[in-house]
Amino acid sequence: MAEITRLIHKYLRHDKKFPHVWCPGCGNGILLGSLIRGIDRTGLEKDDIVIVSGIGCSGRISVYVDFNTLHTTHGRALTFATGIKLANPRLHVIVIMGDGDATAIGGNHFIHAARRNLNLTAIVVNNSIYGMTGGQYSPTTPYGALATTALYGNIEHAFSIAELAVMAGAGMVARGTVYHASLLDDLIEKAIMKRGFSVVEVISHCHTQYGRRNLMGDAVEMMRRQKESAVKIEKVASMSEEELQGRFTIGILVDRDLPIYTHEYRKIREAARAAPSRIR
Amino acid sequence: MIPKKSPGRQVLLQGNEAIVEGALAAGCRFFAGYPITPATEISEVMSYRLPAVDGTFIQMEDEIASLGAVIGASLAGVKAMTATSGPGFSLMQENLGFACVAEVPCVIVNVMRGGPSTGLPTHVSQGDVMQARWGTHGDHPIIVLAASTTQDCFSVTVRAFNLSEKYRTPVIILTDEVVAHTREKIYIPHQEEVEVVDRIRPNMPPDWYIPYEDNSRGVPPMSPFGEGYRCHVTGLIHDVRGFPTQRPDEIVAFMNRLFRKINQHFFDIQTVSEEHMDDAEIVVIAYGSVARSARRAVKDARLRGVKAGLVQLVTLWPFPRQIVEPLLRRVKAVLVPELNMGQMSREVKRVNQGATRVETLNRIDGSLITPGEILNRLMKM
Repeated sequence: MAEITRLIHKYLRHDKKFPHVWCPGCGNGILLGSLIRGIDRTGLEKDDIVIVSGIGCSGRISVYVDFNTLHTTHGRALTFATGIKLANPRLHVIVIMGDGDATAIGGNHFIHAARRNLNLTAIVVNNSIYGMTGGQYSPTTPYGALATTALYGNIEHAFSIAELAVMAGAGMVARGTVYHASLLDDLIEKAIMKRGFSVVEVISHCHTQYGRRNLMGDAVEMMRRQKESAVKIEKVASMSEEELQGRFTIGILVDRDLPIYTHEYRKIREAARAAPSRIR
Repeated sequence: MIPKKSPGRQVLLQGNEAIVEGALAAGCRFFAGYPITPATEISEVMSYRLPAVDGTFIQMEDEIASLGAVIGASLAGVKAMTATSGPGFSLMQENLGFACVAEVPCVIVNVMRGGPSTGLPTHVSQGDVMQARWGTHGDHPIIVLAASTTQDCFSVTVRAFNLSEKYRTPVIILTDEVVAHTREKIYIPHQEEVEVVDRIRPNMPPDWYIPYEDNSRGVPPMSPFGEGYRCHVTGLIHDVRGFPTQRPDEIVAFMNRLFRKINQHFFDIQTVSEEHMDDAEIVVIAYGSVARSARRAVKDARLRGVKAGLVQLVTLWPFPRQIVEPLLRRVKAVLVPELNMGQMSREVKRVNQGATRVETLNRIDGSLITPGEILNRLMKM
């Protein structure tokens, strides 16, 4: 059996929920492929994996994959994931969110999940726009870009999801693109196996809602831009400021060993069992 | 009453602490919360009680996150609870709707304080009765229980968990600042004396499991994540397999089952406690801390020759119509005292349909309604 057929049969609800809702050329399909390839490489059992997603185009991924899946409320995916992981630390919890989902409505949950360093994997699909609702500007829409709620140009400044995660204290932070699909496979595999809170920012494109309005061409043209703008982390040191202007880094940005929440909580349990009860 | 030679124990607790004891007795092993007066003691006590019994406490970044984590824990198979007050309860409404539609058992305690908005921290109120019923958007059934004494806090919390597990639904406990902070002696039964209900799990092989399939009870069995059933849980309206649907026939079937599982079990869910009702002519219908004032007022009215009775509502929603309606047909007048502008009295009047005289006694100044106030009104009725 061809590798792709094996993966589809093993990991997708191919006989239940397809065709999917995404536009032809959407980056979500490439991410879905990377996700199941990355998971397959980890060798984890399907029963031990929980996919939690938020609301938006990327949120639909949870419907299509054959794991324990949870499609939450908008922006709250990480909070549900926190409860699942604490209740059953044996489970591998992978959270998939969009840029608006994770950093606008869910921004508070995002930084606090990173700060706690729970052993979760957060994948943030960043297409710079609210796609499902029709192209409104998000926290990652560039300054000056056009959106259906910024017809005169966006006057807000975008922030970097990966850098936000680094500053908030995540154990591992990586950035990839849907163009660099095989790198993305690697990043997702490493993020799942990382012991601690791992974030993978996935630079994607929304040619339907963002590219079209900003005259950036079709899906292929937008992916070409990803190829041209991305700089592998290994090459950054050898490049000048000017060369890096307007470009972004891909690869593992940070990988550090920090105390993991569930391990710390084990100590709390031991202390609590040893302490004389104040109530009995 | 405390049974002789009881294996249980008597302890001095406040309402908030009794809620923790009730939750632990019912099997709660996960709590997520955010500090808010007058509910904070529940978090504080949970933070040192839960880890000692292999449970988990976490203080989240807000109340939205708290209920999110509670739902996640419940989906992973652990009984879970959160506690808050008015402002936090408002933030929880979004995820409360999720728990309703995805049918996730969980318990939410709302220790009511004066509102709206930041309102009157930390004065007593019963202003969230309607929010508990209708706070989350969309049509949905909900179970809301009210505790009136510290002893109640224990037993109502056990019951809340049991109903939540039995019907796969969030259950809200409404207490108020007075109930929460009244410290008194209560009886905590031995664990073996506590009736504990656990959710029904699927007993068929995973391939045969249809996660939201209807049955005679209207409550499908629920599998925790990680045990081979690999189902999909969503806040979208879904078909019997749990996948989003927009087919009218599937939407109707789902919504009807959601309501039916509560409606067809009204008699199991509805609880009131009646006192002096055999020959009562004038009846007080009350709940929460006000029911306590009413109990004393009814006793005093009896001493003055007035045939008064008390109906204390333990179940607020679904409104115990089957119990209240016949009673309204046989008494001369009803008084509904409450710490709001008239939220439950509105429901009593709706059920009454003009059959008897319904009077209200409302207080919204952050103080408790005293027995004397209720007695005065009873003597004039």
